[in-house]
Amino acid sequence: MRSSMTNAIRRGAACSLAAGLLLIPFAAGHASPAPAAADDRLISRATVGRYGGQLVVNQRAEPRTLNPVTAIDSVSRDVVKCTIADLIHINRETQRAEPALARNWTTSSDGRRYTLALRRDIRFSDGQPFDADDVLFSFAVYLDADIRSPQRDLLVVGGQPVRVRKIDPYTVQVDLAAPYAGAERLFDGVAMLPRHLLESAFKGGRLATAWSVGTPAAEMAGLGPFRLKEYVPGERIVLERNPYYWKADRAGQRLPYLDRVAFTVVASDDAQAIRFQAGEADVASRLTAENFDVLKRAEPTAPYTLVDLGAGLDYSFLFFNLNDLGPDLAEISRKQRWFRETAFRRAVSLAIDREAIVRLVYRGRATPLWSHVPPGNTLWVNRAIPQPARSLDGARRLLRAAGFSWALQGTLLDGRGDPVEFSILTNAGNHERLGMATIIQDDLQQLGVSVHIVTLELRALVDRLLKTHDYEACVLGLGNGDASPSAEMNVWLSSGGSHLWHPEQTQPATPWEAEIDVLMRRQLTTLDAGARKRLYDRVQELVAQNRPLIVLASPNVLVGARKGLGNFRPAVLDHHTLWNIEELFWRPERPRGAP
Amino acid sequence: MTVASRPIAVRLGLLSALYAAVLLAGPIAPDAPGSQHRDLPFAPPTRLHVEATLRPLHLRPFVYRMVARPGRPDEYEEDLGRRYPVHFLIHGARYTVAGMIGADRHLFGVDAPATIFLFGSDQFGRDLFSRVLFGGQISLVAGALGAGLALMVAVALGALAGFYGGWVDEAIMRTAELVLALPWLYLLLAIRSLLPLHLDPARAFLLIVTVLGIVGWARPARLIRGVVRSGRRREHVVAARASGATDLYLLWRHVLPQTSGLLVTQLAVLIPQYILAEITLSFLGLGVGEPAPSWGALLAAAQRYEVLSSYWWMLLPGFALVPVFLLYHALANALHRAQEPLA
Repeated sequence: MRSSMTNAIRRGAACSLAAGLLLIPFAAGHASPAPAAADDRLISRATVGRYGGQLVVNQRAEPRTLNPVTAIDSVSRDVVKCTIADLIHINRETQRAEPALARNWTTSSDGRRYTLALRRDIRFSDGQPFDADDVLFSFAVYLDADIRSPQRDLLVVGGQPVRVRKIDPYTVQVDLAAPYAGAERLFDGVAMLPRHLLESAFKGGRLATAWSVGTPAAEMAGLGPFRLKEYVPGERIVLERNPYYWKADRAGQRLPYLDRVAFTVVASDDAQAIRFQAGEADVASRLTAENFDVLKRAEPTAPYTLVDLGAGLDYSFLFFNLNDLGPDLAEISRKQRWFRETAFRRAVSLAIDREAIVRLVYRGRATPLWSHVPPGNTLWVNRAIPQPARSLDGARRLLRAAGFSWALQGTLLDGRGDPVEFSILTNAGNHERLGMATIIQDDLQQLGVSVHIVTLELRALVDRLLKTHDYEACVLGLGNGDASPSAEMNVWLSSGGSHLWHPEQTQPATPWEAEIDVLMRRQLTTLDAGARKRLYDRVQELVAQNRPLIVLASPNVLVGARKGLGNFRPAVLDHHTLWNIEELFWRPERPRGAP
Repeated sequence: MTVASRPIAVRLGLLSALYAAVLLAGPIAPDAPGSQHRDLPFAPPTRLHVEATLRPLHLRPFVYRMVARPGRPDEYEEDLGRRYPVHFLIHGARYTVAGMIGADRHLFGVDAPATIFLFGSDQFGRDLFSRVLFGGQISLVAGALGAGLALMVAVALGALAGFYGGWVDEAIMRTAELVLALPWLYLLLAIRSLLPLHLDPARAFLLIVTVLGIVGWARPARLIRGVVRSGRRREHVVAARASGATDLYLLWRHVLPQTSGLLVTQLAVLIPQYILAEITLSFLGLGVGEPAPSWGALLAAAQRYEVLSSYWWMLLPGFALVPVFLLYHALANALHRAQEPLA
């Protein structure tokens, strides 16, 4: 559920109560940390920058927690990511796994044992040393079922949690119960926690609630480039430079360059765009296409740069309710006679004008999609998936062959003579999804299908999708932090919690879902990259043939930053603009943070 | 006609004309409210040109076809190659008037592929002028029906409370206070999320009207109770009661007529409030769903930063509200003044 919830929440309700926020002029401390002696630090290859200044980032809401283990919403995670470090990290730019706190690692020939060598003389942001005991403690926390970390599922391989052993203070060994393709990617995002601060909370069963936003900064420490400085409820959360950070630049200066990062609350997309335009925020991630266009018009004279990174990993789609329903939802069960018909779903797909969606909803800043893997995912996309052009005639042929017919006024009738009509659900406040639903409504009208659009508040919508199953069809989007198919296991496995059209099946309901289950499980344990790609290609084929999700479009990743922000290299992977926050710096021509 | 009633008649006449225009949206609007011109998103209002000849004296309006500039999907220029005269009583999209009479003649229009967007077009290339007219059907009628319903409930309950007093009065008035204290917007949100999803626009419309009526009875009920309470002690009422009149007869014949002035004024005050309530609901996405337009839904589309900053014509539905509200308030004033005894 993580990917869908995060995404849904990220793009979701625009009408949370706005806390008006405010750029606070901070006094500029320019005390540069002294360069540390030659040690085991990681040397960044980025342009050498200069110290000082602060970065102001707008967020939709306040973080709910600063606990890296339990943070699940994107707002909290964006803040937490600046304060943590992992053993092996996926480079958001190259999409490859790179050494982080682990200096290097070796894999056994059967792919089940990883031996990681830790960097020496690394310190937490409170000055305490980091070693293998902290690694063991961190994995124990993440694997504790009672804490319900969203990452726990990923660390259960072949039905068993990974086993972590200490070889010596700077070497750990990780054993998997089954071979796991690209297992080094599992370590990404698993924060190394300070045992000296959290062990008592863990033993007392209080870890899940530890490190709330109100926790004093002195009681928290991490290995990320920044640490908590202050939290002003309803207004801002400020991070300051971690003086013990373990990365340095080529000149030997300890990173990060920025003195402070301030996350401020600006509730709506529109308000965020306005604040960015007014210079009250330094970076803008996840701009909507329309706001991007407005900002773009003013760009030549404005003090910011905008970047259209092209197709991202998010994708939007329409899907029908294919759950097994009880007698209380008889009306929906009746309509499922159509929804379950593959020909019906294919006809709907064929009738939808994806080009119009891209043009009218995303203003051309999106890619029409026929497969759930967007072209932004260059490593995994199956380019052989057919992309049939919109054809109402083709859709009519499919429907006729499946026993549908048309009344005199053009209304589509099913085999029993009932008119075909259904409702499409989407979340209120999301213009893009509402726009897609409006276009689909008009497209299907031309097939003689009457569609009603219903907007619901996000929570009510998710409740209907996953709990009560009281809906007919829905327009939604999914996004991923990682390009690898393993990140979408919970979407494609029939037992998965985000298998949206029919979640948490005990037995696969259809032969093709059973085949996808087999393929997805097999790709997880296939170590050969080519073979793994072929397995996932077949999954994409099955999804395109059966259309449980009628995929519509993938929006481009649209970001911006103030001019003068050095090392600003936005990436398609999340977090698009802050992934290399330790390398960001202000160029001298625009001194920032001066009072 | 007395002096006082003349402004009332004028205002009523103007309002009736407005309602007539909205009810006759089908023949007046050049296009169907939901019809999309996907090659013309956010087209500005179409420029009307006039072809004039002196001999014979002849004026003929015409338009040019709008085409998007290459590479700029929302910037348009006129294709001067061909003139498209504005035709009157032209055949076009089918519509029904008051849900009964079907027809396809429109007051004015142009031949395809040209379009005539008097108020410009929206994100999907739908004619905003047609949508404002059709949207008025929902907003204005919902307001009038909602206010009527609320007043009916208010009269029934207010009369009971005022006439009988005692525990009946206590029960009804405390309930009214409870209703007044309810955060009705949240109540509506909750009601909407509990309702079945497959509501067609007509039923969604009726639902809104009903909900508006039900949550709005409390305030007028308190007023009516007050009038009834003082009215039942008047001498002619007491005399009628002494002659053996039943409660129902008394209420109907002697007490309720005393509230008529109040009712008419209340109606003129309440209707614009209810129009506004419907607009608020639709603005929040709780009204009649796409593609049926209502004024609130039209304004909701204009609240986006991009629309506000780039497409001014999307705010025109807001201006449609102005005459409606001015007329209703002027009517309420005139009614109020007419009831005051001539000094």
